[in-house]
Amino acid sequence: MDMLAGKVKMTQQSVNNGMNPTDMLERPIRLHAKDVTVHYGAKQALFGISIDIPDRAVTSFIGPSGCGKSTFLRCINRMNDTIEGAKVRGLIELDGEDIYDPALDVVELRARIGMVFQKPNPFPKSIYENVAYGPKIHGLARSKSDLDEIVVSSLRKAGLFEEVKDRLNEPGTGLSGGQQQRLCIARAIAVGPEVILMDEPCSALDPIATAIIEELIDELRENFTIVIVTHSMQQAARVSQKTAFFHLGKLIEEGVTEDIFTNPVNKQTQDYIMGRIG
Amino acid sequence: MNSLIIAGLLVLLLGLAYQTGWSKSRSLVTPDGIKVHSRPQYHGALVAIWTLVPALLIVGLWANFGDSATRAFTVSQIPPDVIMGLDEIALNATIQRIGALASGYGVVGEVQPFEQAAGAALRQFQFLSFLLVVAAAAGTGILALLYARSRITARLRARNAVERVMNLALLACSGVAILTTVGIVASLLTEALRFFTFINPLDFFFGTVWAPKFSSTGTGDAGQYGILPLLSGTLMVAAIAMAVAVPVGLMTAIYLSQYAPRSVRAVVKPIIEILAGIPTIVYGFFALVTVGPFLNKAGAMIGLDISATSALTAGVVMGIMIIPFISSLSDDILNQVPLALRDGAYGLGATQSETIRNVLLPAALPGIVGAFLLAVSRAIGETMIVVLAAGNSPVLRGSPFEPVSTITVSIVNQLTGDTDFAGPQSLVGFALGLTLFVMTLLLNIVALYIVRRFREQYE
Ligand SMILES: Nc1ncnc2c1ncn2[C@@H]1O[C@H](COP(=O)(O)OP(=O)(O)OP(=O)(O)O)[C@@H](O)[C@H]1O
Ligand SMILES: [Mg+2]
Repeated sequence: MDMLAGKVKMTQQSVNNGMNPTDMLERPIRLHAKDVTVHYGAKQALFGISIDIPDRAVTSFIGPSGCGKSTFLRCINRMNDTIEGAKVRGLIELDGEDIYDPALDVVELRARIGMVFQKPNPFPKSIYENVAYGPKIHGLARSKSDLDEIVVSSLRKAGLFEEVKDRLNEPGTGLSGGQQQRLCIARAIAVGPEVILMDEPCSALDPIATAIIEELIDELRENFTIVIVTHSMQQAARVSQKTAFFHLGKLIEEGVTEDIFTNPVNKQTQDYIMGRIG
Repeated sequence: MNSLIIAGLLVLLLGLAYQTGWSKSRSLVTPDGIKVHSRPQYHGALVAIWTLVPALLIVGLWANFGDSATRAFTVSQIPPDVIMGLDEIALNATIQRIGALASGYGVVGEVQPFEQAAGAALRQFQFLSFLLVVAAAAGTGILALLYARSRITARLRARNAVERVMNLALLACSGVAILTTVGIVASLLTEALRFFTFINPLDFFFGTVWAPKFSSTGTGDAGQYGILPLLSGTLMVAAIAMAVAVPVGLMTAIYLSQYAPRSVRAVVKPIIEILAGIPTIVYGFFALVTVGPFLNKAGAMIGLDISATSALTAGVVMGIMIIPFISSLSDDILNQVPLALRDGAYGLGATQSETIRNVLLPAALPGIVGAFLLAVSRAIGETMIVVLAAGNSPVLRGSPFEPVSTITVSIVNQLTGDTDFAGPQSLVGFALGLTLFVMTLLLNIVALYIVRRFREQYE
């Protein structure tokens, strides 16, 4: 119990050391979206979203349920391609390269932009196989020992290795919810992505597991560009450096997290942050 | 007629009981709000159960022992000197005549005076006993009703009691299925054991010659009953059927669940399911008239001698018959795999076929294996197609191009026509049936084992 308490406390400390705002604004732009609209069949879900996402920082999307956060996130790695009837228009660039360019290989794109989902979804395979799967299909490991190394280092980065090192061959579905989510993060990291998209990664987890994941996100920021969708404004405030507020399919306001939470410009943003819409 | 009246009375009584319990329970609720443990419906149901059980018991007793009581009464009405002169069969005939007279039907021949009198007495007896049963059932029912009603208090846990009764009723229903199975197995087993008093089990299970002689030949020689030719025929046909159905069925399922646009799926799936509705005799026709000759000609072209009725013909057609089982079940199972898993694979950059091969199929494997094994047991038990198209040639051969016979075909052959179930010629049907049963049972056990080994947990 003491240990757990210590862990939570430590987490709080570690997430308070966000970058200072000016530092963030100087970051190069990794992802650039311009006038993105999405239709599901006849229904329009996103209206002209334009946003820049900075390199190696955490950007959070907030907003009431159904406002299109997940939809926009799924545009960034073209997961909307798998939904029948979904139509995406507009421009999204990763390092200046149009990701909807017909010549671009989606498989490669998704290797560069990993994704972690709301509900932990480990494959029905062993822990090892879960992490090794991505590197295998992308041919990232030349030998078994290469693969072992990737698996171990990914699990380490996801903060899971110590907990599972003795049972790598047991099914990933046998882990606790929080461990499963970290396994999914390890699985995404193993492919060596530049960007990691997370759609409410903590919504199925208890506060302690959440704190561990938040701490992890904070560490991952060193090496990855992270976009996180969250319903918890505290979480957005704790882990992100940039925040974007969505409402009814539109991007209402975006900016440095501190600014958004301390003096939002837009009335709707204010209302949402004060808990008046939601 | 009488039983209809009784059933009607029981229903009435039941309704009354329910109403009584319900209203008493309602009356417990006072404006100052006594907390009643169970809702009125449960009190009503409990009183109804209390009423029904004794009434049913009495009716049931009469249903069981009423016939023998009636018979005893009838016998007592026949003068002793007449009985002395009757043997068992004649006595039964007389009792039947009296029964017919009592119910008002005419009888053949002259009616003896004692028969007339006995008939009248029996009629009265039947009427009285009916009244008595109804009165007894209604009486105990009402007594039980009153008792149950008097037990109703605010604290009576009627809900728990009713739930317990429901529990028992459900258990009893599943018991019916279990008892039926046990009964069938027991009868198969006893008859098969009788068969083994004629034929040595070793000769049956390991014999390579199937040549039963019909008793009408009069030689006294029962013939030979080696099951191996039939078994090999059965397995060969089933294997060919699976070789046709598994790839086609599985690919169809994958196409339907993963690739087909919704509009195509809406058309194709029902059409495939129609295949499952075609009677097997029609498949047999198809095999005999179309597929057999076709295979024969196709074989001739490449220098193979394929008999028109052969294991291959029967197997191919049976495979076609099984396709919808496999495709439909597998399709459902593939669709049950959580979407989140599919997204997880796509999110890592897996292609559609990688996702299907590495994630969807492994996740669906237990269910798919189950579908395969179901299909195999259908293939093994299938009769009509093989009767028509396999050639009925119970000879041990290795080639699928020649006629074979199967266990099911031989059961049909042995049990049709004049059979008295006294000699091995017909009893062998039970031994064959038992063998089939054990085979499907083993298949199911293996299926369960595999399913458990591969089962993965999803939330
Ligand atoms: N597959 C789909 N087909 C049709 N409409 C969809 C689909 N997915 C989302 N939508 C619609 O698009 C709109 C945006 O949905 P989205 O899932 O992006 O919202 P969200 O902001 O992520 O909400 P939440 O916070 O509840 O996850 C909603 O109105 C939703 O009904
Ligand atoms: Mg969402």
